[in-house]
Amino acid sequence: MTTAIAQDTITLTINGKTVTAASGKTILQVCRDSGIYVPTLCYDERLEAYGGCRLCLVEVKGQGRPLSSCTTPIREGMEVTTDSDRITRLRKTVLELLLSNHPNDCMLCEKAGACTLQELVYMYGVRYDNYYGEMWNLPKKDDNPFISYDPNKCVLCGRCVNICQNVVMKGTIDMTGRGFYSKPDTAFGKPLTPDICVFCGQCVSACPVGALTEKQARGKGRVGSVERVRTTCTYCGTGCNFYLNVNKGKIVKVTSDYAAPVNKGNLCVKGRFGYDFIQHPDRITKPLIRREGVTDTSPEVLKDPMAVFREAEWDEALDLVASKFMELKNKYGPDSVGGFSSSRCTNEENYLFAKWVRVALNTNNVDNCARV
Amino acid sequence: MAGLATSLGAGAASNSLEQIKDADVLFIFGSNTTEGHPIVSLHVNAAIRNGARIIIGDPRRIDLVKFSDVWLNLRPGSNIALLHGLIHIILRDGLQNDEFIKNRTEGFDELREAVKKYTPQYTQQITGVSVDKLEKAARLYAKAKNAMILYGLGVTEHHTGTENVMAIANLAFTCGHIGRPSTGIMALRGQNNVQGASDMGPAPNVYTGYQYVSKPEVREKFERAWDVKLPTIAGLKSVEMFDRAIEGTFKGLFTMGADTAHTDPNINHIWKAFDALEFFVVCDIFHTHTTRFADVILPGASFAEKDGTFTNGERRVQRVRKAIEPLAGMAEWQVLQELSKRMGFEMNYTHPSEIMDEIASLTPNYGGISYERIEKQGIQWPCPTKDHPGTTTLYELQFNRPSGKALFVAVEHAGSGELPNTEYPYVLITGRRLQHYNNGSMTRRVRGIMELSPEETIEINHADATRLNIAHGEKVRVSSRRGEIYVKAEVTQRSQAGNVFLAFHFEDALTNILTSGVRDPIAGTPEYKACAVRIDKL
Repeated sequence: MTTAIAQDTITLTINGKTVTAASGKTILQVCRDSGIYVPTLCYDERLEAYGGCRLCLVEVKGQGRPLSSCTTPIREGMEVTTDSDRITRLRKTVLELLLSNHPNDCMLCEKAGACTLQELVYMYGVRYDNYYGEMWNLPKKDDNPFISYDPNKCVLCGRCVNICQNVVMKGTIDMTGRGFYSKPDTAFGKPLTPDICVFCGQCVSACPVGALTEKQARGKGRVGSVERVRTTCTYCGTGCNFYLNVNKGKIVKVTSDYAAPVNKGNLCVKGRFGYDFIQHPDRITKPLIRREGVTDTSPEVLKDPMAVFREAEWDEALDLVASKFMELKNKYGPDSVGGFSSSRCTNEENYLFAKWVRVALNTNNVDNCARV
Repeated sequence: MAGLATSLGAGAASNSLEQIKDADVLFIFGSNTTEGHPIVSLHVNAAIRNGARIIIGDPRRIDLVKFSDVWLNLRPGSNIALLHGLIHIILRDGLQNDEFIKNRTEGFDELREAVKKYTPQYTQQITGVSVDKLEKAARLYAKAKNAMILYGLGVTEHHTGTENVMAIANLAFTCGHIGRPSTGIMALRGQNNVQGASDMGPAPNVYTGYQYVSKPEVREKFERAWDVKLPTIAGLKSVEMFDRAIEGTFKGLFTMGADTAHTDPNINHIWKAFDALEFFVVCDIFHTHTTRFADVILPGASFAEKDGTFTNGERRVQRVRKAIEPLAGMAEWQVLQELSKRMGFEMNYTHPSEIMDEIASLTPNYGGISYERIEKQGIQWPCPTKDHPGTTTLYELQFNRPSGKALFVAVEHAGSGELPNTEYPYVLITGRRLQHYNNGSMTRRVRGIMELSPEETIEINHADATRLNIAHGEKVRVSSRRGEIYVKAEVTQRSQAGNVFLAFHFEDALTNILTSGVRDPIAGTPEYKACAVRIDKL
């Protein structure tokens, strides 16, 4: 661990401006901290930088060749230039080479608008046809419920493989093949099944292009048409944050919040893909009152709940609940009634629930499922 | 949580998840972190990559075992013997932190006496864990610079659950592994807002922030704030409400967001209680085994339909934000307000943030929390004032007990409440699977998850399966003294011989028909992690 030495500060210049930063940081980190844009494809804060994509090249005075800023630690007195004709030329060449084997499919691509490659090609004004050569025409893989893989769009940045191996430590996918034929895949190209994959979708969250996408969200709204709402997951107690993507009142996707304090953009299968229930047709959307004279409480009730309950308006249901509780309280005393709340509810709801029991029922008969 | 509260003074995790990666030794006890808390397991992975040594205490060969230095494969229900066996070795070899014990704890002499009899041989006899493994684990933990304990429901869901937690605390105190970053005791909370629900005081003996209803000055504070006269004696715990419902003295219950008739143990008893109620209101988002007993069902709003906060397992209060309108038109905070008004008690909040402001004004640990402050990033309580940054590590200077010192509690091994015999020869452990969540009402409605994990299966060891002549995938009957269910067998090395494992996510295989009604008498937590069952070939 190298955290102990990271206390000293270092002064350097970037594009002529003096910057002070903690030693141990890389040029790229300091640039990002100071709001200086440097393009990257293979860089991911969750991973160890490896300098693969060559887009973050910068010039450092005294160094003959440009250096990859993501792997170069800062040094005292360093003079860094992040943009120059030479750097621009190099970046454009990298992008042209990537485009030489990339389907020109942005119109139909799920990732359009959120694709790093698309953005960089636009920014640098790169053309499609500068290099001709062989192109991939590989089958798309859709062999599982959650993750779509179009290898033809892969830019070989390695982030998906790296995150699966080193963060999830599952090793479901790796780089396979050599040279022109290398691509990320499962061993022997086998389908993704629960024996080999935990379906956390970290690979999807790491993919800078449209190679790995959320299968369920296909066609339901790209970045420009969705509203993203940052929230906290409703499943376990870890407290992961993510964005709910909403399109015309429908939740169409969950995407990573890379700044989240606990999970840094990582999620599990439930957090990332387990949102179908929210707008499921089985949701109870009206207050229900037990039909007069129906006493069945057996598991059969679940087969046809509407045979046992009838829909009611809020006013009717709430009037009934209020009057029944008042009646029981007056007849048997406040200690004959009570409330039971849940860890599934928010703090505010739990507070209000306890307050309601204590104030309106006038008893301390209130508990929650935390002990269970 | 009662265990941590007694030993340390607060029922909450002592440290932060972010600190896991910097620990030298992680002792993961009763937590299948990879499946129960997948993102916490990524922090464990980071620690492993940083060179941390891993000790696992779990009867099952969980995934993390393959990354561990020692797997303490204890018998279910032998947690205290195991922990005190480790302390025995540490004291025998003089590896304890004398300075910490002297300056920061009390009750050490009693503990020293209590652990005397847990020699490695005796501990091996009770726990089934070999002497070698005990010796190795004790030395690893004691000699670490910073050792952290992560524990899960495998510790608390026993009838000695509270004592188990105290024994964990004893181990941490003995070595002084608490009160610094990357040490301490992390209780991994099962549900999204277990911490928050506990903090908010829907509990029979405390208001928000664990302030006792029995203390006159506390009660008066709440009476002033709420403008009512409040009851002076503690109320009934949920189990007591259910028992009294059957007796006929408890008549009316409002349940919000809990499927007790599915997830409580020995559910036949719960069903009887709900049947006996004169009036039963359930608020939920789906029909569940609980709603079928209701007189009135009020539709709930999912987390995507309302503003609010959840408090995670490291005490971090974080925002929940409304993404869509409540499907039923109102969220619970509005429903409760309407109900209260109809009973003559006005509540006039226009937004949940106003409720949080009221919570902050009445709860010292939440004093500095407001929606404005947690807009970007959540804050970890204690956060007493508006300029307090929150607290990542508890107990750096003192513990939350009157003396300021941590308390060793000399607990004793007592075993499980129900032991296997010739009729019911297997110990059933229950827990969660990665893809599903609790009663499954949410995850069973996610199409992709049902493709991956469509039904319940029982994990059974090869040796047991061979003896019973059961093949992988064969349907079997699992029965206990309380009932029976039919599930497919999953023949595996994950469960050790003599133990079997079931989750509880499906409506048609109600695992909790089997589980026992035995509870931890202190916290009231049910013993989900051990009951005696038999397996029959059909």
